[in-house]
Amino acid sequence: MADARGAILNAVRGAIAARRSITPAVERPTTYIRPKRAQGQHMELLERFCEFARVAGASVARVAEYKAVPAAVARFMSREGLGDRLVMASTNRLFQLPWNETPRLSVLRSGYSPDDRAAMTEAIAGIAESGTLLVSSGQSPNALHLLPEAHIVAIDSGVIVGGYEDALETLGENYGDRENWPRAATFITGPSRTADIEKTPQIGVHGPRQLHIVVIDGKTPG
Amino acid sequence: MRADPSDFSGNARAALGDDTLQAALGKLQGDFRRDRVDMLARLPEFEALRDQARIIKDHALDHLDDYLVQFEERVVARGGVVHWCRDAAEAQQTITQLCREAGGSNLVKGKSMVSEEIGLNEYLSQNGFDPVETDLGEYILQLRRERPSHVVMPAIHLNARQVGDAFRVGHSDLAPSRSLDGPDELLAEARSKLRQKFLDADIGITGANFLVAETGSIVLVTNEGNGDLVHTLSRTHIVIAGIEKIVPTLSDAFALVRVLARSATAQEITSYTSVVSGPRQAGEADGPASFHVVLVDNGRSALLRGEFRDVLRCIRCGACQSLCPVYGAVGGHAYGAVYAGPIGSVLTPALAGMEKARALPEASSFCGQCQDVCPVRIPLPALLRRWRDRIFDDPALSSASRIGIKSWFYLARRPRLYRIFQWLGVAALRVIGRKRGYIRFLPLAGGWTASRDMPAPEGGSFMQQWRRHKGGLR
Repeated sequence: MADARGAILNAVRGAIAARRSITPAVERPTTYIRPKRAQGQHMELLERFCEFARVAGASVARVAEYKAVPAAVARFMSREGLGDRLVMASTNRLFQLPWNETPRLSVLRSGYSPDDRAAMTEAIAGIAESGTLLVSSGQSPNALHLLPEAHIVAIDSGVIVGGYEDALETLGENYGDRENWPRAATFITGPSRTADIEKTPQIGVHGPRQLHIVVIDGKTPG
Repeated sequence: MRADPSDFSGNARAALGDDTLQAALGKLQGDFRRDRVDMLARLPEFEALRDQARIIKDHALDHLDDYLVQFEERVVARGGVVHWCRDAAEAQQTITQLCREAGGSNLVKGKSMVSEEIGLNEYLSQNGFDPVETDLGEYILQLRRERPSHVVMPAIHLNARQVGDAFRVGHSDLAPSRSLDGPDELLAEARSKLRQKFLDADIGITGANFLVAETGSIVLVTNEGNGDLVHTLSRTHIVIAGIEKIVPTLSDAFALVRVLARSATAQEITSYTSVVSGPRQAGEADGPASFHVVLVDNGRSALLRGEFRDVLRCIRCGACQSLCPVYGAVGGHAYGAVYAGPIGSVLTPALAGMEKARALPEASSFCGQCQDVCPVRIPLPALLRRWRDRIFDDPALSSASRIGIKSWFYLARRPRLYRIFQWLGVAALRVIGRKRGYIRFLPLAGGWTASRDMPAPEGGSFMQQWRRHKGGLR
């Protein structure tokens, strides 16, 4: 198998050379199409993000400032009967919020346990064109958006952008050179779903049954 | 039903009599047709995005060598390893060796068509590993020891009762009193079973929807989140992908993401689209310690050279299957191969050999719907026609078929002679069908009249009617 690499590349090069003798190579598009729904003023994009996130099956709450996040999360968890424990990575800046002032809610400071029903992360971008969140394994463990029954995501309205390209740019701004990028950057649109049994749409097959988004319209914390 | 493309006609006959399958196919195609219209209304740029997708894939294929080398460099820079495999046997051995080196035997797997193509699970099982498919549809099929019948809806041919039966056989701890009557109960059972498999995983194998040369990333698209659980909770992540999955940049990958889910399930985007670059990075709380990408050729570089190159643009969305009238009549298993429907009828003769798969290119009405919906504009009818040309040139074609096709060819180019034969044929049919107005048995077309009556011709030929109509217009 040692020469498989050379053999494959040779075969590919031979095929490409044969084709070049007939037709010139296709060049990359010079500009890429940006759908209209991925464009607009910030307020439009914010509203579109919330609308498409709901269409995708997420629930959306809006708060005026970061300080109001714990109360909004407590309301959601109590309404959905999710118990009083919320898992969060201690490196998360949301960890600094006044969680103690909210009754019934205690923040777990270490790893994930299968009994935990709700976990919280913060999105590094929100994408208006499809109501999609971008989360990074550099910020929160990947397991936190995959294992809980309910995934709660805080998002600063300032990071909501139009299209996927803009979110990739945000990723670059956050992490700089590609060498420092997180292992996994995940674009999340609604809860985990399947239609594998009789094409019946079903929610929560392996990942979260609920995706709850808390949009913070005000300034960033601290 | 036999998993062999040479049994297509027998398989098709069995499929036509299978009521469960027929109901499932009707729902699949009806829903997709309707949902796709709604999806198109929400994205006016869709046609332009298809043109762009085609250009991106063509460009990547025209520079495939450079992008493969660049991809390898970037994977290595991120702490991963790339393995090159010429064929199924090399890929099977490479992955088995990686599993041995990984330590541990708990192996979970995300959905991957190329792994079906190389028979990975069978090989791993023979070598002491017990891979668990985690996509719900694939998991059900693994319990039933079946192949997927659709690229993105692998268990579309089954009903809930059959899924329940599969769970009762496969889950030995299931109490006989436990109800598994509806999709919700089935889902709960599968979720709890597979959750434990994820948590225990040592090795995770996933496919890749795109390989990104610029960043050395893989892009993985799922609705269930199973692929992400596989690579997040395992200690070793092995990616298996065909060499044609390469795109230059993340922007290219997301330009294709915009057409992928829309063409697959008429969704805007799947629930999870992940850009995975290497193993766990410094400071991260989870993710595997090692990351491997197994690049598989298995006939792709040969396709790149020839007249079927365009199939390498395929992004495995299944739209051609979801709209094809032949697929809609017989389902995926009748094709007896990993890839069914129009894309399968082009790929299977190349992968399995024309000898075995000669029935597949013939099983097309050339209605062209596959080409109309293909997000990367693969000219599927033209490619099927090329296979038919090759089949005609093959000495193994029966002399009766050859004489029939040649006679038709001779007549079709001589309109006067054609009309004389037509007139004779019509006159004969009128005589046969004079009494009843229809014909119960037609010589040389006994297969056709076995299940239906042939109406006796009336009202003149198309040419006669055309002349009359044009005369009326004047």
